[in-house]
Amino acid sequence: MIELDDVTLAYRGRTGPVLALQGTSLKVGRGEFAAVVGPSGCGKSTLMKLVTGLVKPTQGRVLVDGHEVAGPVKIAGMAFQNANMLPWRTVLENVLLPLEIVEPYRSKFRAEKKQYVARAEKLLDTVGLSGFGSRFPWEMSGGMQQRASLCRSLIHDPSLLMLDEPFAALDAFTREELWCVLRDVWERIGFTVVLVTHDLREAAFLADTIHVMSARPGRIIETRKVDLPRPRDLEICYDPRFSDLVQILRHKIAEVRQA
Amino acid sequence: MTFRTEDTAPWIFTIGLFVFWEAVCRIFSVDSFILPAPSEIFSAAVRYAGPLWRNSFVTLWTTLVGFLLAVGFGLLLGLVVGWSRTIYRGLYPVMIGFNSIPKVAVVPILVVWFGVGEVPAIITAFLISFFPIVVNVATGLATIEPEMEDVLRALGASKLDVMLKIGIPRAMPYFFGSLKVAITLAFVGAVVSETLAANAGLGHLMTQAGSNFQMPLVFAGLLALAIEGIGMYAVCAWLEYRMTGWAHRSTMNA
Repeated sequence: MIELDDVTLAYRGRTGPVLALQGTSLKVGRGEFAAVVGPSGCGKSTLMKLVTGLVKPTQGRVLVDGHEVAGPVKIAGMAFQNANMLPWRTVLENVLLPLEIVEPYRSKFRAEKKQYVARAEKLLDTVGLSGFGSRFPWEMSGGMQQRASLCRSLIHDPSLLMLDEPFAALDAFTREELWCVLRDVWERIGFTVVLVTHDLREAAFLADTIHVMSARPGRIIETRKVDLPRPRDLEICYDPRFSDLVQILRHKIAEVRQA
Repeated sequence: MTFRTEDTAPWIFTIGLFVFWEAVCRIFSVDSFILPAPSEIFSAAVRYAGPLWRNSFVTLWTTLVGFLLAVGFGLLLGLVVGWSRTIYRGLYPVMIGFNSIPKVAVVPILVVWFGVGEVPAIITAFLISFFPIVVNVATGLATIEPEMEDVLRALGASKLDVMLKIGIPRAMPYFFGSLKVAITLAFVGAVVSETLAANAGLGHLMTQAGSNFQMPLVFAGLLALAIEGIGMYAVCAWLEYRMTGWAHRSTMNA
């Protein structure tokens, strides 16, 4: 589904060129849940922009769905640490936003609005927001906004979901709740996910594969399969295999940070 | 609806100001040529009600025409400037330079071009009030959250899409906020021009009254101007609240 082949990305900073990624290679299979972890400032977010086609690599190739990425990929949904809801739109209108942009929904938006609204409401229902569609984002808590943001990234049936630390700003309980929401949606629909995070437990709980990035300039230095059985329950966080995995990852990152 | 002391505060303060003013004038027996007491001003206002009305109306409509031109032009230029970084960089110094020119200095030129009358007043009101509108609209557009833009651009949204879906709605609170600044400035512009070269308007009336040593009438003109200013400001504030209520949620929830 996603393939990064020896990708280097440099951009012009204030004090000359900055190397964000150097020689990064990464493969994510179709329907796979991949997590990317690494120390802060290692170019995780740059990775997201490369895959979605928002920036072009300086060297190397980025392939999504078998094609080299030349512009915005249009098949991706994105969610960020900040829910980024538009405050002048209701939650429902916020969720519908991608359908106003992306084809083929865009040209049919007026004609089939009813159908789309029903679809958005169903999606809101799956994340536990039924009946909140007519609220404004600022009338809701951070966790609820983040749920809505997740709906917005899924409304156009993307085959690829890019998540950039989506749960980082939430409290621990809400975060675990949303892990389960994401897990359930993913298991039901089966899209490909790239989750950028610095929360190792989050990565271990949700992902099939965990990629560890080095400090800047970023590179994938280790890839680990998570062989914990699915479906996973929050209880699994207390499984020794789980703790071992988190422990190993933690050491790896500590190593990288010192280097 | 409950009655709150807070709601009466504007009236109490305004009346208090006039009472204080009156008291100072009487206690120190200030010459009405230096500073007329409010009572004298009000009686002058009643005596010259006719000319005051007529000239207030002239000032009001010239200001409003200039202001509306500024709104249209300012909105357009703000969108253009906020659209492209190159245009922003290119036009900004020119605009700042232009805005630094005292508009009083421009009035004589306008008089040469258009003659004495309402046109220079309209143009001065326009010139002085469009700048805050441009700056605010451009700021609103330029401060779009990059993540939000990424979300749309990754879906293949064009620059126009981003502007229509995010930029323009986002700039609206800035725009309506700037109207409150612009309308008061527009009054300043119109009156400055009327003071220098006009056959009507409050500025003209006050200059005439001043040269006839009718100080209470001059002050009555100022009062009329203040009332018009407050009225138009209130209209703009109301518009702002109606159009962009979502940006004022704290007061809505209170």
